[in-house]
Amino acid sequence: MTRFVRSWLGIAAATATLAVDGGQAFAQKELVFGLQCDRTGVTATVGVNLCPGYHDYIALVNSKGGVEGFKIKVLEVDNEYKVPPAMEAHERFKKEGAVLEGLFGTASTMALTKKLEEDKILGTSPGFGTAAAADGKRFPYTFPIAASYWSQAGAAVAFAKEKLGGTLKSKKIAYLFFDNPAGKEPMPIFEELAKSEGFELRTFAVPAPGLEMGAQILDITSRFKPDFIITHLFGRSPSVSIKELKGKGYSLSKVVAFVWGSAEADIIAAGGMGVAEGYNGIQFAGVGKDFQVIKDIEAMYKAQGKPVPKEMDSTVYYNRGVFMAALHVEAARNAIKAKNGAAPTSEEVKKGMEQVKGFTLGGLVPPMEITPTDHEGGGWVQIWTVKGGKLVKSKDWFQGFRPVILKHLEAEAKKS
Amino acid sequence: MFHRESGVFKTTYSADMALYPLPIAKWTVAVLALIFVVIVPLTVHEYYLSILNLIFIAIVGALGLNILVGYTGQISIGHAAFMSVGAYTAANLAVRLDLPFWITLPAGGLMAAAIGVIVGMPSLRIKGLYLAIATLAGQLIIEWTINHVPAISGGAQASIQVDRPSLFGFSFNTQGSLYFFLLFFAVVAIVATLNLVRSRIGRAFVAVRDQDIAAEIIGIDIYRYKLLAFAISSFYAGVCGVLYTYYFGIANYEQFQLIVSIDYLAMIIIGGLGSVLGSILGAIFVTLLPIVIRILMENVGSLFFTTAEMANVISGLRLGAFGGLIIFFLIVEPEGLNRLWRNIRSYFRVWPFSY
Repeated sequence: MTRFVRSWLGIAAATATLAVDGGQAFAQKELVFGLQCDRTGVTATVGVNLCPGYHDYIALVNSKGGVEGFKIKVLEVDNEYKVPPAMEAHERFKKEGAVLEGLFGTASTMALTKKLEEDKILGTSPGFGTAAAADGKRFPYTFPIAASYWSQAGAAVAFAKEKLGGTLKSKKIAYLFFDNPAGKEPMPIFEELAKSEGFELRTFAVPAPGLEMGAQILDITSRFKPDFIITHLFGRSPSVSIKELKGKGYSLSKVVAFVWGSAEADIIAAGGMGVAEGYNGIQFAGVGKDFQVIKDIEAMYKAQGKPVPKEMDSTVYYNRGVFMAALHVEAARNAIKAKNGAAPTSEEVKKGMEQVKGFTLGGLVPPMEITPTDHEGGGWVQIWTVKGGKLVKSKDWFQGFRPVILKHLEAEAKKS
Repeated sequence: MFHRESGVFKTTYSADMALYPLPIAKWTVAVLALIFVVIVPLTVHEYYLSILNLIFIAIVGALGLNILVGYTGQISIGHAAFMSVGAYTAANLAVRLDLPFWITLPAGGLMAAAIGVIVGMPSLRIKGLYLAIATLAGQLIIEWTINHVPAISGGAQASIQVDRPSLFGFSFNTQGSLYFFLLFFAVVAIVATLNLVRSRIGRAFVAVRDQDIAAEIIGIDIYRYKLLAFAISSFYAGVCGVLYTYYFGIANYEQFQLIVSIDYLAMIIIGGLGSVLGSILGAIFVTLLPIVIRILMENVGSLFFTTAEMANVISGLRLGAFGGLIIFFLIVEPEGLNRLWRNIRSYFRVWPFSY
């Protein structure tokens, strides 16, 4: 027998052993979660910090004996923010028996909506997908579980109103957005609020890839001269907007960014916390390390004698990963409890997700209530502001103009 | 395809151009048909069918691009935009007029062909890199238009949900049934291309590619054939977009961006320009390789790392390995996988007496 053949036999034997091991592990009580992530595509800056948060929370739950006696196994697939790999990932999760899955990316969320419904597996899309997905009757297996762009628009206007002294009558608000569907989505909310609150709205589109917005910023600061600016940008463009606005001397304390423009990474890329003093950002999960769960994760690493991962310093995205994982675990917990400790199916986990209520994880998760009709959980957000070199909470969990958002959701539901 | 001839005995042109060079080729096709129509769907797990489905769609798109770039020699980086034209045409027809797929699918293709002719018009005056930039402009204009015209895009989200295709009351709503749906169109596209390239039109395309002035001198109307190449190629792209739409149940704007055009160019360059088999191999290679690398790495990597640690390693290494393999294959055989396959065949044709 040649050495070549022997080495292959060795690999085959090792694989066989692994397969047997895998079989034994499966005999244990185990739940499978699928997680799509983008670590190499256009939103990689988010994925590389968000997904480790997800894994760490699951590891923490497993180290404490799992959820109701079930260990959780996470399968992660990097979909590169592309649609075909996302479909492949979903089919893979389904094959491995995943009871739920975390989606990543607006396009792939939309593309999987129908498939999730057909396969009866719930998918969560915090910060992705369409605002209409909050309607649980229309999209039964899609769960935004966090404030949609509509809710964020409502919150941004409510925040502006508060900052401008309680009224928006004859004030001017600029909306600076990335010229893609996600950027245009909140427009109807702004337009309606502009009418009812009496402010003047003007919109400024930034074409992809959003790295050049000098003209728009000049137009805003020198011609329109708004009282407040709401920005909705992605990727590298939030940092460009901070730099440009700062360069034109506009006070950043009168700027509020949507959730994908409000992370530490955006501010650091714009020149550091010192430069962006006063910059406000909307958050759908808690920010910072001042949470028991974060300390528990740190303690878990220390107990294993490993260094604490550097991703934890990017608290905005890392905490969003923890937030996602925590809600997934809660949904599974509700489902297991409802079955008195038996393994739940994906449909039962979906019902479990619809019972999540009063679960705040020490303030990292908003006081949301997910119901069969409201998959958004109420659209709660916080505002965090750069103050003295770090992010400081300047407005606790609140819902902005909720009745207006609900009205639009109803109108959207009638359309279909 | 998998046979060995004992020699070349062809005495007429028609024998040389025959689809089946030898009777045994018919058997090869019959066996392939048996495998893909009966054995694969019965034995293979749904997950693998879903990968095959993605490959089938990619084959249609790659064939279309190869007709334009490989056979006619006109570079296009607007292929994804033509797909989106097909996708949105079909989605609008399916949703607003409630038309079945056998009308929306050709309609999507024809609309893409019409737009393709317009975007292809610069090819009458410019060539090479200049044409590449002109088609890039086409890509960006179409992307912008879809994004900004609600009548096409169906609202701010620029996405239109469509129902699953159905035929005589049977709905193709599982990976297993979509497999047959997509297989059918992939086979039609392959057979149509095979016949196209050995027809008068196909020969004219090749003549235009090799030297357009010479082609004009021997009586080929190059304006007509260049635009025809754009039309046919865009028709395939449009059909590919429609297939994507039905496969995902949605026509989405972000699904057809510039990067997708580049992906398809990569497919035909790796597979082999100007060959049908090359388009198929390229589509398989580009779709399958990242998945194979990942599964391989997960199995090997789980010996050393935990899932969380491995995720970063896999993502990075996968991209590296993917790029590395593309370079490797192109250095081994610059003319693509198709040429590699032909080299292997001609090696075995004389084996074991290769001297």
